[in-house]
Amino acid sequence: MRLSNLPKGAPAVVDRVDDAHPSDPIAQRLRDLGFVDGEPVRVTATGPMGGDPLLIQIGSTRFALRRSEAARVAVRPETA
Amino acid sequence: MNASTLPLSSLRIALVGNPNCGKTALFNLLTGGRQKVANYAGVTVERKEGRFTAPSGRVLHVLDLPGTYSFDANSPDEQITRDVCQGTHPGEPAPDLIVCVADATNLRLHLRFVLEVKRLGRPVLLALNMMDTARRRGIAIDVAELQQRLGVPVVETVAVKRGGAQALIARVDGVVPMAAPLQPDDAASRADLHAQVRELLIASVRMPRATALLDDAIDRWALHPVFGLAILAVLMFLIFQAVFSWAAPLMDGIQAGMTALGGWLTQALPAGSALHSLLNDGIFAGLGAVLVFLPQILILFLFILILEESGYLPRAAFLLDRMMFKAGLTGRAFIPLLSSFACAVPGIMAARSITDPRDRLTTILVAPLMTCSARLPVYTLLIAAFIPRQHVAFGLFNLQGIVLFTLYLLGIVSALVVASVIKRLRCDKSEHALLMELPAYRMPQLRDVALGLWQRTVIFLRRVGGIILSLTVLLWFLSSFPGAPAGATEPAIDFSLAGRLGHAMHYLFAPIGFNWQICIALVPGMAAREVAVSALGTVYAMSGSDSALVSQLGTVIAQQWSLATALSLLAWYVFAPQCMSTLAVIRRETNSWRYVAVSAGYMFALAYAASLLTYQLARMLT
Repeated sequence: MRLSNLPKGAPAVVDRVDDAHPSDPIAQRLRDLGFVDGEPVRVTATGPMGGDPLLIQIGSTRFALRRSEAARVAVRPETA
Repeated sequence: MNASTLPLSSLRIALVGNPNCGKTALFNLLTGGRQKVANYAGVTVERKEGRFTAPSGRVLHVLDLPGTYSFDANSPDEQITRDVCQGTHPGEPAPDLIVCVADATNLRLHLRFVLEVKRLGRPVLLALNMMDTARRRGIAIDVAELQQRLGVPVVETVAVKRGGAQALIARVDGVVPMAAPLQPDDAASRADLHAQVRELLIASVRMPRATALLDDAIDRWALHPVFGLAILAVLMFLIFQAVFSWAAPLMDGIQAGMTALGGWLTQALPAGSALHSLLNDGIFAGLGAVLVFLPQILILFLFILILEESGYLPRAAFLLDRMMFKAGLTGRAFIPLLSSFACAVPGIMAARSITDPRDRLTTILVAPLMTCSARLPVYTLLIAAFIPRQHVAFGLFNLQGIVLFTLYLLGIVSALVVASVIKRLRCDKSEHALLMELPAYRMPQLRDVALGLWQRTVIFLRRVGGIILSLTVLLWFLSSFPGAPAGATEPAIDFSLAGRLGHAMHYLFAPIGFNWQICIALVPGMAAREVAVSALGTVYAMSGSDSALVSQLGTVIAQQWSLATALSLLAWYVFAPQCMSTLAVIRRETNSWRYVAVSAGYMFALAYAASLLTYQLARMLT
């Protein structure tokens, strides 16, 4: 499942970040910011227009990601 | 490194850390007002250096490096941070000690960068900042354990509290060895860094809750699709009302003070002499023009700083990203564009925070369309003279305020339109990221706001003050020489260089309703917008109007101009080609004359078209 498809508030953990194209700097930055295997992640809010961008909470940090950026992150939903 | 190798007299410290770690607040606490703000040579990255004297008498030089998430440099400021830390920056000696600042409430993110800094193999010290907030939130950090596992000294700091850096100062000033040189371990991959962070956190940190309850509660409202946007709109409206109403008495005071000072200083000189005129109508009028809109700029800067310090600005960027993205910008552009309401110069400089070069360029090109406070004197003059001071909507709003708000709105809308045209025209259509951290909310600190206000004001006055003053003097010269021949019946200015220039320009500007006095004022007005007001004052004073009327320029133009002309001039100033300082900053920030020409050209075309439309429509309707 992709982070961009994760329902708001549903708990999940990061599986991996996929490059959208070879040597994708956005994917690399996501990994640097802590989107790595096993990190708990959640969508906590969505933007007012078209539900974009997403507010992602990972660890104790909140990041605003556009849907196209969040689509690079593969997640495993957790049954809470 | 040990005590014997340290020069006792002075020590160079570099502060590094992730954005939002409270690094600059710590820097302010350490150095107080003893700071120097400049640029790194050749690039547009701000260099902040300060110093303080430690209890031992040793002078500590502190460099506040730009915040960065990793050494995998994405932008010029991240590159600077990396180069200075590695000691490979050409203009900067390697620091004796790197103080890595980390937010104690967000160690999962910040420790990764600490590990990256540690890998450089240079003396490192970790400052766990915001320890007070961490304790309040019940976050338990075993500092001894963390220090042992990290292998670098760890101190606790509270940058927002007096004495909050005691432990850091004591440690830096101490004679004990501060850090053993470390061997860089190139083998460790990025994934390993995250694994190490996880181990460190498990061993030394206990967090009852990932985020602050209060932050989540505020965000539920501030980021709400409806209430969030409503809160943002109300905030913006309040700021503009405050700028317009709070600054007014201060501005009147400055204006009266400057006139009185000029009169008092020149009373010994014979009235009508060239020197008397130069001092009164040139220099003091020019100084007045610089100083008179300072209250507005200060109020705007104050609001922007408070929003910045509180952590609200990225929230606003979050709310607006979709709309700005559609227009070819990014939510991040909100901050530079908001600064441009004070002045395009700091706004364009703030565009440095946009890591993406393409988004940054678009932001720079549209930033001058935001209504800077230099336009305010022109708006103020014309609105006061032509728009009735009337209360509408059950006395809630003032018609003058509504017109001003509309002018601001027009600037914003046109910026979005221009940005989307640029988006359509450019060839590079690849994806560019938002990827923005929303930091925890913080109470803005008086020290940080005051220092920020002071620095921004000084930079602004230095950039703009000289140009305005010299142009006012130049205009005085142009409108005084050559003088009228003996026995001439027309006003003296008709014979001057400025008069001739104004009359020549009049052919071009007659279709948009400008008279020759406006045309003369436009010359310096194009160079520095707000000078147009003092230029009009000069033009009318020298046209032989009663000098008492000059202070009430509004009354003069209300009698002499048609409403269509006034509206046309207002429309002109929404788009008016930017001032010299803005053009100079665009040149410096883009390193290209081409973009200077592009922005000046498109703004002139827009201004002329808008004024033509306004004038012709207004004439038909009135």
